Amino acid sequence: MQVQSAQDLSRLVQPARVHRSLYTDPAIFELELERIFGTAWIYVGHESQVRDSGDYFCTQIGRKPLIIVRDAEGKLRALHNQCAHRGAMVVASDKGKTDEFQCCYHGWTYHLDGRLKAVPLNHGYPGDFDTKNPKTSMLQVPRIASYRGFIFISQAPEGPSLEDFLGHMTTSFDDLVDRAPDGEVEVAGGVFRHAYNGNWKLYLENLCDAAHPWFTHRSSIDAAQQQKDDVYSDGSGEIAIRQMRQNGAPYSFWESQVGIWTYPNGHSYLGDYHDDSKLVAAMKDPVFRDYIAALEAKKGKEEARRILEVRRWNSNIYPNLSFMSQFQQLRVVHPIAVDRTVVHTYCFRLKGAPERMFQNTISFANIVNGTGSLVLTDDLEIYNRIGLGLLSEGAEWIEIGRGFQSDVPDEHGGRRGKNSTSEVYIRNMFDAWSAFMLPGRREDAQSRKAAVS
Amino acid sequence: MAQPQKSASSLPSLGRDVCEDFLINEARLLDDGLFDEWLALFTEEARYWVPSEPDQESPFDTVSLMYDDRRLLETRVRRLASPRIYSQEPRSRTSRMVTNVTIEDASDDGTLVRSKFVMVEFRRNEQRLFAGTYFHRLVSTQSGIRIASKRVNLLNCDAPLDGLVVPF
Repeated sequence: MQVQSAQDLSRLVQPARVHRSLYTDPAIFELELERIFGTAWIYVGHESQVRDSGDYFCTQIGRKPLIIVRDAEGKLRALHNQCAHRGAMVVASDKGKTDEFQCCYHGWTYHLDGRLKAVPLNHGYPGDFDTKNPKTSMLQVPRIASYRGFIFISQAPEGPSLEDFLGHMTTSFDDLVDRAPDGEVEVAGGVFRHAYNGNWKLYLENLCDAAHPWFTHRSSIDAAQQQKDDVYSDGSGEIAIRQMRQNGAPYSFWESQVGIWTYPNGHSYLGDYHDDSKLVAAMKDPVFRDYIAALEAKKGKEEARRILEVRRWNSNIYPNLSFMSQFQQLRVVHPIAVDRTVVHTYCFRLKGAPERMFQNTISFANIVNGTGSLVLTDDLEIYNRIGLGLLSEGAEWIEIGRGFQSDVPDEHGGRRGKNSTSEVYIRNMFDAWSAFMLPGRREDAQSRKAAVS
Repeated sequence: MAQPQKSASSLPSLGRDVCEDFLINEARLLDDGLFDEWLALFTEEARYWVPSEPDQESPFDTVSLMYDDRRLLETRVRRLASPRIYSQEPRSRTSRMVTNVTIEDASDDGTLVRSKFVMVEFRRNEQRLFAGTYFHRLVSTQSGIRIASKRVNLLNCDAPLDGLVVPF
């Protein structure tokens, strides 16, 4: 199916269902790379990964290799990882520290901001060859900005600012950073990389899905609930077993106590899932008690209470980021092909918190987000099965209508589901999808927003 | 459980042949899907560790593909037996080879055995190849040889991978 025209595309997203080709058509995937990943603010990393001048790390958006670097003046830059001469990828290490970038093919050497610094055999190039000409630079991505240390880039020279794009979701970043007694977090603890044979959209579509754990994660729920606690444990698996048991909360819990909030540009979060007492035993846990003491010492009792009362589970920033404050987890989605996705997952250390808190973060990551985890492996199976199921030419439409009639407005300009089992956050992502993908729609959405504000 | 270093020791160790026989039997239990029997090979205080990085020093400050104490290992094995473990529907078939067995160290903590392994996993039209190094800390008990710790250094531990469900 070759879909190109706006009219064709607009027929594929309907109020409570979407066409299966959005997950299977390579032509639509290429358009998504161009119109969504090529223009939206895309999360690329955290400032703790590029603390000092010369620190850099490599990433990619879709298939495009990029370098994120702090230049000699301390400014963040995003460079296309491509030599201006013959096009070779210049930087091959995942991360590092350097004074300059040098291509290994003919030795073209660049400043940290991408400007050409030196070229061997300079005399051999045409008479009009000028190392000061911007065309001889490693090209910069037009926009890079960060919010409380979280770095995003946009390949569109113009558009809404990062803060406007994030909107009310800035409060989810605040929640994560405020939980650090020293008011700062850092990426630490390595990375998981996992891959599945399915579309990139499936990942965020699952992360606020409150109706699936009871089914999909049945094997780990049962195994954890039947596990005896009197066998030897070094304590590192404690958090994990609690979480697996918690996944077994009945539907009545999801329908009465948990909520789903959505905001413009496709963002959402699952809230009020569980407070800290369910997972870290609150005041009874000496590590958590030490943490609260550290938080109160730095921020005062009242502010510490306010911070810990925020109970957000996964916060999704469309189109490629999801993070969770309570256990300092973060996942970045990399679309590779229409039916191939790679996800990188990271942990954060709360500066000023007891080191044992970070051990809990690590063990939570191993079990919930790890490639060999008892939980995520069943989610990966779901993505793969959707990839396989959509090859069938059975159902033409995919249903995203749960809770469709019962969404309610939210006081911060969004919509929320009647309860957490609503698929409102998927519908909300497709609203954003339409705004990016359909020429004209975005301007409409922006003027609507301007009219409201 | 840092990367084990060879050190001089005068304590008697388990013989190389005995250790190799033990490893071959362990691989057979895993290939045959006899996970309860595999679990029974571990001591009560055992750790099972598959690091996420080459030369990873600690399971506590860096994520791991698997890091299980006894309680978590029992949970992992019980899940493998669940009829609702969808990531094992259909079940993986595996074939392992364990070779190049050497005794690295012997102490009161047991005998440290290094070996090379290859594991082929077939599931749903796809065959995956895993290879790497095992480090087993083996101890003699009244009921036979047991695993006090097992570290699995996967060659591609930091590659993007689909789910890892069957233990190595």
